[in-house]
Amino acid sequence: MVDIASIRDRAPRSADGAGTSKQIREPKNWRPFLLLIPAFVIVSFFFLAPLIDVFIRSITDPMLGIQNYVWLFTTPTNMVVALRTFGTSFLVTIVCLLIAYPYAYLMTIVSDRTRNMLQLFIMLPLWTSILVRTLAWLVLLQDTGPINGLLEAVFGIGPLPLIRSTFGVALGMSQVLLPFMVLPIYSALAKIDKRLLPAAANLGARPVTAFFTVYLPLSRPGIFAGSVTVFILGLGFYIIPALLGSSKEIMMSALMYQQISGFLMWGHGTALGIFMLATTIVVLALVGRLAKGTSLFAGRVK
Amino acid sequence: MTLKRALGALAVLIVLWLLLPTLVIIPMSFNSAASFNFPPQGFSLQWYENFFTDPSWLRALGSSLQVALVTMVVATSLGIMAAIGLSKVKFRGKALLESYFLTPLIVPGIVIAIGLYSLFLRFNLLGTLPGFVLAHTVVALPLVIINVTASLQGVDPRLEQASATLGAGRLRTFFSITLPLIMPGVTAGALFAFVTSFDEIILSLFIQSPQLQTLPVKIYNSVTQASDPTVAAVAVIAMFTSVLVMLTAQFATRKRKRVSA
Repeated sequence: MVDIASIRDRAPRSADGAGTSKQIREPKNWRPFLLLIPAFVIVSFFFLAPLIDVFIRSITDPMLGIQNYVWLFTTPTNMVVALRTFGTSFLVTIVCLLIAYPYAYLMTIVSDRTRNMLQLFIMLPLWTSILVRTLAWLVLLQDTGPINGLLEAVFGIGPLPLIRSTFGVALGMSQVLLPFMVLPIYSALAKIDKRLLPAAANLGARPVTAFFTVYLPLSRPGIFAGSVTVFILGLGFYIIPALLGSSKEIMMSALMYQQISGFLMWGHGTALGIFMLATTIVVLALVGRLAKGTSLFAGRVK
Repeated sequence: MTLKRALGALAVLIVLWLLLPTLVIIPMSFNSAASFNFPPQGFSLQWYENFFTDPSWLRALGSSLQVALVTMVVATSLGIMAAIGLSKVKFRGKALLESYFLTPLIVPGIVIAIGLYSLFLRFNLLGTLPGFVLAHTVVALPLVIINVTASLQGVDPRLEQASATLGAGRLRTFFSITLPLIMPGVTAGALFAFVTSFDEIILSLFIQSPQLQTLPVKIYNSVTQASDPTVAAVAVIAMFTSVLVMLTAQFATRKRKRVSA
């Protein structure tokens, strides 16, 4: 290893000595930029431009001004919908965190083979579309579905509102978003020195104290990264609330759809969109400040 | 080690909760009764027969495959170029540019969707193949870039220099040296791009038109409008298609790990 490293160090220097570096490096300065142009153009035209368009519409439709934002913040139902959306997303984040933490911890204390298996099991659900998985929940949770049937047969209760309720939405969303919590937490836990907990125990700390004063603080970057990802992705969910939620208790994405597709109120819909985008950015910035060095894309393996 | 055992039991429950519910769709697709009631009443292939004899379902499947294949080719080509470009340039805004390419993953899909809807309305791209491909490329591209970049990190830059020294042009060096070396990442990225497009629903719901509907759009419309169990059969077909593609991708990345180890 040492030999290879030293050769690697020397290689460019010998190239310098031969005077070829200019010929090799000079074109490197601008040619690779050409390779970036196609992706840059596509992302700019079909991602950035639409977002700018949304913003412009929100302040010009039907006329120039902030009337859409006034509507957004002064209509009580909007605030109810926004709070419901944040609340549901927050609930899902907490549920995912509580489930993901022990799972990720288990991944750090098992053999390599078991760990690979546990990781595969977490990734497997990502191989199936949200739509198909939501459809399955619809079958299971409906009033005449097997779960309600079981509740009625065994406990004599029901049918419980498992769908068309926050419960159904939270259940479906947590199941879809769990991988985005497990993976960043696992990568944070894997970096923690295993000897720290025995060391704390030697110094007289009880296991619970050792966990809360040593282990948990060290895993904070993973918790932050996972929670932010789950919370942000949760805010924008449309399919699951539409199929498992109540049409009377809609979330922000459905309100956007309603305003634009149903009422053709582009100004209202786009203002909601900008509000959601701004929330996303604020959450990202806040957590970026709280946890430096947190990689947001750690969980984005798919 | 009671803790480990308790955690193990919990993990089993979590995995069951993740995987089992989805499988309920398989017996539903063989239901002989025309309902979504579980358990199914008897065995029948009528919903599959419905799917394969209904031109509108077949057209949706055809559109989905077409959009996914073209998206895969476009996103993979652009992604390879961008990943190689990023690996070679050095300038102050590079990290920013990298995040720029990845942001479509973190921006709520619904917001991109209304923006694209507005844009496509003006340029008459609603319900067109190019419209679908461009929209799907935006969300598939980051996955290609991530995978190809990971592969590129294992490539020794001196191999390309050696190839150049031996007189190969840039294109020849790319196709005979670089591309084979990063092939596992390219394959995985391409397959992820395919599945992303094949399963994409939010953007598609907004940019669809009666002329062009992808399979997820038609499934969604069908679920919200009528309870036709054909949907269960379609869902099973869609599920197996993506699982098959992802298995292949998994295999490709496995190979990459073994080579680098």
